[in-house]
Amino acid sequence: MIRLSANPTIDTVVKLATVAVGMFAFVFVVMVPLYDVLCDALGINGKTSGEAYTSVQAGVDESREITIQFVATNNEGMPWEFGPSVTMMKVHPGAVNDTVFHARNPLPDAMIAQAIPSVSPARAAEYFHKTECFCFNHQPLQGDSAAEMPLQFIVDQDLPRDIRTITLSYTIFDVTDMVGGVAAR
Amino acid sequence: MCFEAKRLFRLALGPVLMLVSAVALAAGGEVNQVNMSPGVTEVSQEIYSLHMIILGICTIIGIGVFGVMFYSIYAHRKSRGHEPATFHESTKVEIAWTIIPFFILIGMAFPATSTLLDIYDNDDAEMDVLITGYQWKWKYEYLNEQGENVSFFSNLRTSQSEIYNTEQKGEHYLLEVDEPLVLPADTKVRFLVTANDVIHSWWVPELAVKKDAIPGFINEAWTRTTVEGVYRGQCAELCGKDHGFMPIVVNVVSKDEYNEWLGTKQSEAAQIKELMAQTFTLDELMERGKAVYDRNCLACHGAGGEGGVGTAIAGSAIATGELGGHLDIGVNGVPGTAMQAFGGQLNDVDMAAVITYQRNAFGNNMGDMVQPIDVFNFKKG
Amino acid sequence: MGDHHHGPAKGISRWLFTTNHKDIGTMYLWFSFAMFILGGAFAMIIRAELFQPGMQLVDPAFFNQMTTLHGLVMVFGAIMPSFVGLANWMIPMMIGAPDMALPRMNNWSFWILPPAFLLLASTLFMEGGAPAFGWTFYAPLSTTYAPPSVTIFIFCIHVLGLSSIMGSINIIATVMNMRAPGMTYMKMPLFVWTWLITAFLLVAVMPVLAGAVTMMLMDIHFGTSFFSAAGGGDPVLFQHIFWFFGHPEVYIIILPAFGVVSQIIPAFSRKPLFGYDSMVYATASIAFLSFIVWAHHMYTVGMPIAGELFFMYATMLIAVPTGVKVFNWISTMWRGALTFETPMLFCMGFLVLFTIGGFTGLMLSIAPSDFQYHDSYFVVAHFHYVMVAGAVFSMTAAVYYWLPKWCGRMYNETMGKTHFWISFIGFNLTFFPQHFVGLAGMPRRIPDYALQFADFNMMSSIGAFIYGASQILFLYNVIATIVSGKPTSEEKVWDGAEGLEWTVPTPAPYHTFETPPKIDPAHAHS
Repeated sequence: MIRLSANPTIDTVVKLATVAVGMFAFVFVVMVPLYDVLCDALGINGKTSGEAYTSVQAGVDESREITIQFVATNNEGMPWEFGPSVTMMKVHPGAVNDTVFHARNPLPDAMIAQAIPSVSPARAAEYFHKTECFCFNHQPLQGDSAAEMPLQFIVDQDLPRDIRTITLSYTIFDVTDMVGGVAAR
Repeated sequence: MCFEAKRLFRLALGPVLMLVSAVALAAGGEVNQVNMSPGVTEVSQEIYSLHMIILGICTIIGIGVFGVMFYSIYAHRKSRGHEPATFHESTKVEIAWTIIPFFILIGMAFPATSTLLDIYDNDDAEMDVLITGYQWKWKYEYLNEQGENVSFFSNLRTSQSEIYNTEQKGEHYLLEVDEPLVLPADTKVRFLVTANDVIHSWWVPELAVKKDAIPGFINEAWTRTTVEGVYRGQCAELCGKDHGFMPIVVNVVSKDEYNEWLGTKQSEAAQIKELMAQTFTLDELMERGKAVYDRNCLACHGAGGEGGVGTAIAGSAIATGELGGHLDIGVNGVPGTAMQAFGGQLNDVDMAAVITYQRNAFGNNMGDMVQPIDVFNFKKG
Repeated sequence: MGDHHHGPAKGISRWLFTTNHKDIGTMYLWFSFAMFILGGAFAMIIRAELFQPGMQLVDPAFFNQMTTLHGLVMVFGAIMPSFVGLANWMIPMMIGAPDMALPRMNNWSFWILPPAFLLLASTLFMEGGAPAFGWTFYAPLSTTYAPPSVTIFIFCIHVLGLSSIMGSINIIATVMNMRAPGMTYMKMPLFVWTWLITAFLLVAVMPVLAGAVTMMLMDIHFGTSFFSAAGGGDPVLFQHIFWFFGHPEVYIIILPAFGVVSQIIPAFSRKPLFGYDSMVYATASIAFLSFIVWAHHMYTVGMPIAGELFFMYATMLIAVPTGVKVFNWISTMWRGALTFETPMLFCMGFLVLFTIGGFTGLMLSIAPSDFQYHDSYFVVAHFHYVMVAGAVFSMTAAVYYWLPKWCGRMYNETMGKTHFWISFIGFNLTFFPQHFVGLAGMPRRIPDYALQFADFNMMSSIGAFIYGASQILFLYNVIATIVSGKPTSEEKVWDGAEGLEWTVPTPAPYHTFETPPKIDPAHAHS
């Protein structure tokens, strides 16, 4: 055991205080990043990658057809009209698919929105690749205007065979104030 | 002496025996029900048997442990002249009571694991319902393959006067809603659960479904109900002031009835569209408006518009001010406060009615009216 | 420690500036009792509102403030400080030390507590009311949707966390460095052992709680999004961090209680504690397991099945060391010469009721059934069986057991026994029916309930009033003892008691063991 002080009491105190400070830091530098890593790896909460998928799939698996459901939720205080243009799509694993979501800001002032994706079942999250998504960025909209938000995705060929339906949910948040202030984490 | 021991025994085991004897009770929602209800799905019955198995094992161990303890209390008292022994360890015994419980636990783990696997088996649902928790109500949206989704809010129906004891409480006090979730029997239904504001939890004991509704994320659960009937539940996660007042009612009906109901809902939606083109009289708007107010506004703004969590409506600058400003608050809410944007929650007819009502009730006497088309145009901008 | 041979200073400065472990212990004990009464008053309001269906006394928003403050005050204000107080009084006397290792810090760690709780209680009168998000303060109800008083609440948590950390560092430093010669680790009384392990838990997890509330503070005031999905965070992360603290926390509360019971049962059985070594190992394994089971509080949050299974198996394992402890206590009683003075009665109450709480705990660990138990009154019943009948009963036992040593006067035995029986009956009447309503589907933290739960809730409320009233008897008995109890000067107040604390004069002088005691190397642990 390393002695930090000739006085055994001070030695104990210094070591324990270090542990306490270390545990405080542990929350920030270990628990938070570790949780994000675990979320990505295990699809906790159906989180999908926040980055565009760039790999190319080996081909299209015509033998399987996966139903994709689109769901949209407005978080509290978000007055936009927001929803998918089609509520359901049938796709083949490996194929590139396109769809759009509609958004309209009914208020007179410009606003910024952030859409948060969540995939269900959660274990499908890692097989759901977005090559292009409006959720990668903040979405500003002028007052009283509308926009079409594109989404392009590929369902991985390795998707477990027992998964036949995937639901992609977007919750849209008003981040106008947040973006104006400190940058989001 | 023997009698005394028996009495002690009964005293200690009384509660445990009460629990065990309660097994006989089955159906849920009974007055003074003391045990978990077996419910009406395969999963709920599996959970119920698992619960009973573990409870049974605990009871048996409990009888053994308390038996030894009470025997000792009875027989090894100083007042009976018992001389204390001096032993203070026994490796054999100590190893035994470490290992044996371990094996009992392994025995428990098997049924627990298999039940859990069933709960997580979400595949091959025949229909999907999106459940969204709001402060303090639930929204149900039926995800259809074609056409528009049927969606509606489900609010507490119990009146404030029942809650505040000025009126007799009804049979389903606090467990009744204006519009229940309707599900077909013998159909695997997948629930997608999320929330609009804070974390809620959707719990119906009879279906053994409890899933947290988390804002921003989506959770799933499923059920297949074999028995038609009405099943009631409540929000299980503290979600603010009216956490205790956002019940869940699930009405399980035959597939035919369900299809008929769905058809009605769809045509109702179409009807609302039609109504939107109509012009209403003040009386019609006031009547409809009162019903909408009682469901959606009363909890915060008070039965007489006197305010509470929300501001007072009686005599307020908004309700007696310019119409556009009033509509704006109703449709878009006040960001950063508890006043939500109701534009997405109420259809244009209800919105028009409730705004009109607020402007002409509680002593407010504006005399003006809002027609559905006004709301529609306002939303369009 | 220049004033060795002086008695205590006079007046208020004695208490403000004291560095004496007995004075500080006394202050901790009185403070925690005051908090126990305050938290109890909140509980009485809760139970009065729940006496019958319908809203009668308070509005739902205030009800939520009551449940929140009741939990916070009881956990952080009553139970934890009471055991710290007991540790202050007893640990130096049990290991033959003249005082705590860090007397000055000891004073600070106590004196920052009362202002923190005063501040917390004052939030009741603030605009927007006191915290109303439950003692578990899940985000975003405690961040985006919290009343303004949440900032005060965060500050209070920081202060009491600091107090706990300083207190635990002090305890560890004392136990590691101040033991009398010959007092080896495996000779320490079990109360010292359980506290040593508890103190390590505290040092490890109180900073985690501090981290969680710091993140809340940053989310609320500095625009971060740790717990908000909008900015890339996750409300569920809060629950993971909270319970990473929260589960060890419940063992922080119960382990010292195990220690107390392990002192008292042998004394009134007139027989050494059975399986001392295995008690130590069981305590250590419970402490270790407490770090890997936190998510069993979150079975319904939507974890992957692998996580669900892992936390279920790990949680079930806790039954093994806990079982060992119960078996050891019963074996200690076995073939002893038992008498049932008040401290022993409370320990018997502990043993029976804690075991029931353990059984319901095992039931709750089973993830599939927990889908039905979670956040229902079944959980409320469970944790009150382990917190009240576990921690509070054993604390009460400790007060009766050591009070004669502290003040040199005997308490009134009849009144003590009456206190026990009223408590025991009141407690069970309160919490046993809560198992029933929970299983029948009543969620926790609701201010009003459906009619089918009415009878059991009324029973529960009556029980709560009985249990609450019995505490007044307790207070009276303690004060009456201090003021006019029958004086005793016997060193060993209880004939079966073992340990160094029973070798000093009665009442315990202001300074004890200024010269270390001689410890018989042949004598086993005390």
